[in-house]
Amino acid sequence: MSNQIEVSGVSKSYGGVVANHNVSMAVPEGGITALIGPNGSGKTTLFNSIVGYHPIDSGSIKFEGQEISDLRVQQIARLGLLRTFQQTRIYGKMNCVQNMLISVPHRNASFADMFKKYPPEITERAEHLLEFVGLYSKRKLISGNLSFGQQKLLEFAMALMNEPKVLLLDEPTAGINPTLINGLIDRLKLANTEFGITLFVIEHNMRVVMNLADNIYCLAHGEMLAHGTPNEIQNDQSVIDAYLGAH
Amino acid sequence: MIMNKYTLYGGTLAFGIFAPILFPAYVSQITVLWLMVVFALTWDIMGGQMGYNSLGNILFFGVGMYVCAIVQVGLHYDVAEYTAFSGAVQVHFTTSQYFSGLILGTIAAAFVSSLVAVVFGWIVFGLRGPYFAIGTLGVAIAAGELMGAWDYVGGGGGMSLPGFPGESDGSAFFYVIMFTLAVATFLFLRWLYASRFSLAINAIRDDEEKAEGMGIQTNRYKTVAWSISAFFLGISGAIFGNMTGFIEPLEVAFPTVTFGIFMVLMALLGGKGTLWGPVIGAILFHIIKEITWTYLLGWQWVALGALIVVNVVFFQQGIVGWVQEKWPEKFGIEVDEQLGIEEDSQTETAK
Repeated sequence: MSNQIEVSGVSKSYGGVVANHNVSMAVPEGGITALIGPNGSGKTTLFNSIVGYHPIDSGSIKFEGQEISDLRVQQIARLGLLRTFQQTRIYGKMNCVQNMLISVPHRNASFADMFKKYPPEITERAEHLLEFVGLYSKRKLISGNLSFGQQKLLEFAMALMNEPKVLLLDEPTAGINPTLINGLIDRLKLANTEFGITLFVIEHNMRVVMNLADNIYCLAHGEMLAHGTPNEIQNDQSVIDAYLGAH
Repeated sequence: MIMNKYTLYGGTLAFGIFAPILFPAYVSQITVLWLMVVFALTWDIMGGQMGYNSLGNILFFGVGMYVCAIVQVGLHYDVAEYTAFSGAVQVHFTTSQYFSGLILGTIAAAFVSSLVAVVFGWIVFGLRGPYFAIGTLGVAIAAGELMGAWDYVGGGGGMSLPGFPGESDGSAFFYVIMFTLAVATFLFLRWLYASRFSLAINAIRDDEEKAEGMGIQTNRYKTVAWSISAFFLGISGAIFGNMTGFIEPLEVAFPTVTFGIFMVLMALLGGKGTLWGPVIGAILFHIIKEITWTYLLGWQWVALGALIVVNVVFFQQGIVGWVQEKWPEKFGIEVDEQLGIEEDSQTETAK
């Protein structure tokens, strides 16, 4: 398995606060990689650095061998590296199907494409994916009126609609009720196996992480603390200390 | 709804065609009414559909007006020499000179205005929310002042345009042109809003950062949206300038505090982000404005202010928006009253 994302020596500070210091990691192609760590350990900062939300101070980020640390958000998204947000973000005044339609890949969109209509097979695909996340019956509803959990599912479906190569999920199960979580784990696994999307997940829920990931990185105080399989991480004393606050 | 739709289309068209025949004394007022419709429709592309509240769209109206004037005069005379007369000397244009100048001038106005929107957009699209509104307002005001300092086009004294050939004052001619422009703008936007363009600019309105994150070429959409708006505004400026016969920077070409603000108000009144909202808003606004100017002279601005307050406090979503909220099923919008209940039952089963 080759590495789809390679992060080496990345540092990022906000003023005097060092959010990431010399972080190196790799996301292998086709797998599910998780990033864990206590609150404020710099997980979301690392995500934002990868998808180009802010320039990094030093280091290098490569996607499929190409340096992406100096590209902009849209350019990175069009390469097939997509992220979802911790605070769910959807287009709240549009209905679910419209949210899905506008999420089609924009990789090869030409100038004239702006004025075209959507062919029926794209609408079909949108509805099929809404069915996949269990929102088919709500497809005509204004998405801003959906519950938080349903919006999260919609955001996930929108990400799938974009046909990414790698999907970065920032806390996909936060705020979702426990019954829906199991369904979501299954769907994430399916997205990985059926659609062949590499997943890179920030998650706090250890049950989800251990169930889902085959490869875990742990950040603490902005530095990479540990890396291993779920089993290794569970038994790593430094990880346990980081979570329980020992120094 | 289908019934309503045809009534609306038929009613508006019938009014457009028969109004000048039935009320010949009001032809110029109704011409301005169609200008207002163009204003509201073009403002709504940015302000309503894309969520970029521009207070400077009047810039393109003025640019179009001046570009057309320069082309009309410049085709046959030296513009600097022409404006130096300050209208004191009547320059004669033949009928063919007049119409060729008007047509070429209007085309030039449309394209130059679009070009200005591209360049201007490149500068101000970095601004968001209220900063964008203030930034665009600043540019529009500055444009008026700059134009007033430019002697080539007559400076603050303005310039008079070639007179309409023949006996008539051309009011019927300009009525037809302005009405056609309003209909063309409406039909173009109806076509545009049915394409992916509308979803993309709606997405920018709802969450621009998310749209960027999904790979949408946001800058491309924003620039094109504004140039479309500028294109039609440029034409409207060209026509209005000729209709008035005399143009000057502050009151006619760049009237920021009247036309520039009216565009926003009309779209808000009718319901921003809808196709018919700006049209209905513009018609209603213009009628109210004409009535208050006639019967409440001296108090007209107060009446207008009261209308704005009522609009903003009680009808933020505008007339069409309010109707949509009241009867969503007529607009193909589905509402799920079960939503909250279902969520609860899921939590129940979880326990």
